[in-house]
Amino acid sequence: MTPAVTTRQPSQRAGHDGFLQSLHAEWTKFRTVAGWVTGMVVAALMVVLFAVLAGVSSDQKGAPPVPIGPGGEPVTDSFYFVHRPMAGNGSVTVSVSALTSSIPERPGDLRAGLVPWAKAGLIVKESTRQGSPYAAIMVTGGHGVRMQDNYVDDTAGLPGPVSAAAVRRLRLDRSGDAITGYASADGTHWIKVGAAHVSGLGATVQVGLFVASPPVVDGMGTRGSVSTATFGDLRVQESAAGGDWTGDQVGARSPSFAGYPANTSGSFSESGGRFTVTGAGDIAPAVRETLPTGGTLGEILTGTFAALVAVIVVGALFITTEYRENLIHVTLAAGPRRSRVLAAKAIVLGAVTFVAGLAGALVAGPLGERLARANGVYVFPVTPATQLRVALGTAALLAIASILALCVGVIVRHGAGAVTAVIVAVVLPYILTAVPFMPASVANWLARVTPAAAFAVQQTLVRYDQVASIYTPYNGYYPLAPWAGFAVLAGYAGVSLIVAAVLLRRRDA
Amino acid sequence: MTGLRKRYGATLALDGMSFSVRPGLVTGFVGPNGAGKSTTMRVILGLDAVEEGTALIGGRPYLGLRRPLNHVGSLLDAAALHPGRSGRNHLLWLAHAQGLAARRVDEVIELVGLTSAARRRAGGYSLGMRQRLGIAAALLGDPPNIMLDEPFNGMDPDGIIWMRGFLRSLAAAGRAVLVSSHLMSEVQDTADHLVVVGRGKVIADAGVAELIAAVSAGRVTLRTTAVTHAMSVLAQAGATVAAIGRDTVAVSGLPADRIVTLLNASAVPFSEVSAHRATLEDVYLELTREAVEFRAATPSEVSR
Repeated sequence: MTPAVTTRQPSQRAGHDGFLQSLHAEWTKFRTVAGWVTGMVVAALMVVLFAVLAGVSSDQKGAPPVPIGPGGEPVTDSFYFVHRPMAGNGSVTVSVSALTSSIPERPGDLRAGLVPWAKAGLIVKESTRQGSPYAAIMVTGGHGVRMQDNYVDDTAGLPGPVSAAAVRRLRLDRSGDAITGYASADGTHWIKVGAAHVSGLGATVQVGLFVASPPVVDGMGTRGSVSTATFGDLRVQESAAGGDWTGDQVGARSPSFAGYPANTSGSFSESGGRFTVTGAGDIAPAVRETLPTGGTLGEILTGTFAALVAVIVVGALFITTEYRENLIHVTLAAGPRRSRVLAAKAIVLGAVTFVAGLAGALVAGPLGERLARANGVYVFPVTPATQLRVALGTAALLAIASILALCVGVIVRHGAGAVTAVIVAVVLPYILTAVPFMPASVANWLARVTPAAAFAVQQTLVRYDQVASIYTPYNGYYPLAPWAGFAVLAGYAGVSLIVAAVLLRRRDA
Repeated sequence: MTGLRKRYGATLALDGMSFSVRPGLVTGFVGPNGAGKSTTMRVILGLDAVEEGTALIGGRPYLGLRRPLNHVGSLLDAAALHPGRSGRNHLLWLAHAQGLAARRVDEVIELVGLTSAARRRAGGYSLGMRQRLGIAAALLGDPPNIMLDEPFNGMDPDGIIWMRGFLRSLAAAGRAVLVSSHLMSEVQDTADHLVVVGRGKVIADAGVAELIAAVSAGRVTLRTTAVTHAMSVLAQAGATVAAIGRDTVAVSGLPADRIVTLLNASAVPFSEVSAHRATLEDVYLELTREAVEFRAATPSEVSR
């Protein structure tokens, strides 16, 4: 009798071909169970089916066209504009002595309220056409003086709110495509806020005063607002006389403009050089909340969650059936290096799921977009690179989730238990974030710490600091960057893979 | 296999199990349920760890074997199949795990006579067909060692006859064949050598002939029409007697000629006095009597 502690450390004799054999064996195992292959096909079809449903069921035919900015992005371009043409180069100055806003709760209720991104100032714009190029310098309700151009660019200037005691003087110079913005607190010391290169302005621009007042975030929704500003000392230096000031509501009929609160409207009046201008709307990039008729690639790929359920079931069963049928004994007798068997299983499962998911996403995305567009839905544009990232990310999300299910299957050795655990961990948080009335803090927390964070790979919308909105997963905004969110899921899967490998090695089969 | 020791909680499953299996022989691995037969086999295959001891195949631990199925073919549980996979595909993935060609799969299928059913779902196989598929899997790597756990379970008489012949042919080809059973009758016509186990250790490790001889030693079978009379006469003379049939008595402790003298002196009629020829069943019962863990209250020897 030679007592010796038997360990599971196999000799290092087995080489690379051993791992290839394990992969080959696990692939043969996978493809020879019709149910698992069907499950993967169903997963891919789910992604496509939901995309078709999303495309077919929406109907926005007859909706006014979404204004598109110079960069190709959808924009909000609705504001009250007191303007006149200016030919060639020139300069315009004004002083702002008041900017007050109200957020009516009911008609006629004009109580004062703070609208942080209410805007009043000077603008140089190609025309009153929505989406046309512009540059503007303005005071805001809560963010001081800003210089903005072409909807997406935003530069901070003098801080602090405007009032009769803190008058802000603003100036815009045009020299060809170069627009420079200045601000002054006293009328003598001018500070350059920013310089913008705005192409496509043309020889003659519209120049003048504007007031915009975007909806404010109120709990889980938004409410419309209206703002009024008082201007003085309006001067235009130009080569030729410009003509009279006219007041216009730009973008009165626009999908991204909710309109004025009841019993209010845009207007301007002038007496003794004092202009009082009332306006609503915004000059800014459109966000999901301000473009309710729009759709996103992420919404078209809603079927991902159904596919997720399918791949989680297949992933868990890929190992738990072996436990149920005692087949694990045969598997481990044929492949005594257990971690290698687990790795081979994970790679085969992940690869199959990835291929199925990629096929589904590559078909579903363009197909769903085409159907939605045919129904008049505006789909937020994405670059080809983003489109590819969404497809690859969706496939990777499904692949890693199936591997997570496999690992949990090894840990709990029970099919229903593993499926339930992983669905609760991945699908449930996703569904909770997809509930419209979920508070933003809760939804963003879920999308940050749970495996559902990986849905960030489907994000195509951009969050803008200069637009107050409800940036939640429900609206297509994730708190984490696409691959950072994916890394959260990958982290969970990695930890479960290590735990599964340790338990598989340590436990009797 | 030396000094295997293993616990499951408070139960000592293996208590210094040691034996070896030789090539060219069918070794019967017998013992009551719970004696540690299946556990031993799982330990040999590296499926279960032991606290103490080593199990070696050709001098190497199973876990160090590069292509284990080329060294040991095993069948632990014929039901260990994915019911949705065909028998052929079951063998195919096993073959791929060992780097074997699909041709070998078809060879073993033919060898066990499963060709007609090989492409059907294994979930629909009878137990006998599953046993054949399991044997095919064990033979896949053409290993010098074959290990089967209860291969006769659930087999019909035709299957049992086939299995016996098959096992003998495997041993005749020079393989070491280890076959476990909890029923001695299943292995008695097949095994050349027996390892009898109980309570996690080996009780006997010997050739079939030796074991029978050992148990038969000093026992005499008496055939008589007056069983009761004969038993009382012999018992008085100091023999241990047991009725083993309606007209048969087993006697030990007295030589045959003394028995004849005693019976003649007491005028007990008898038709035959012969040296007792124990069956393997007797050997097994004799050996495992102490080792059976949970056993019904044993009837007294006399009334047996």
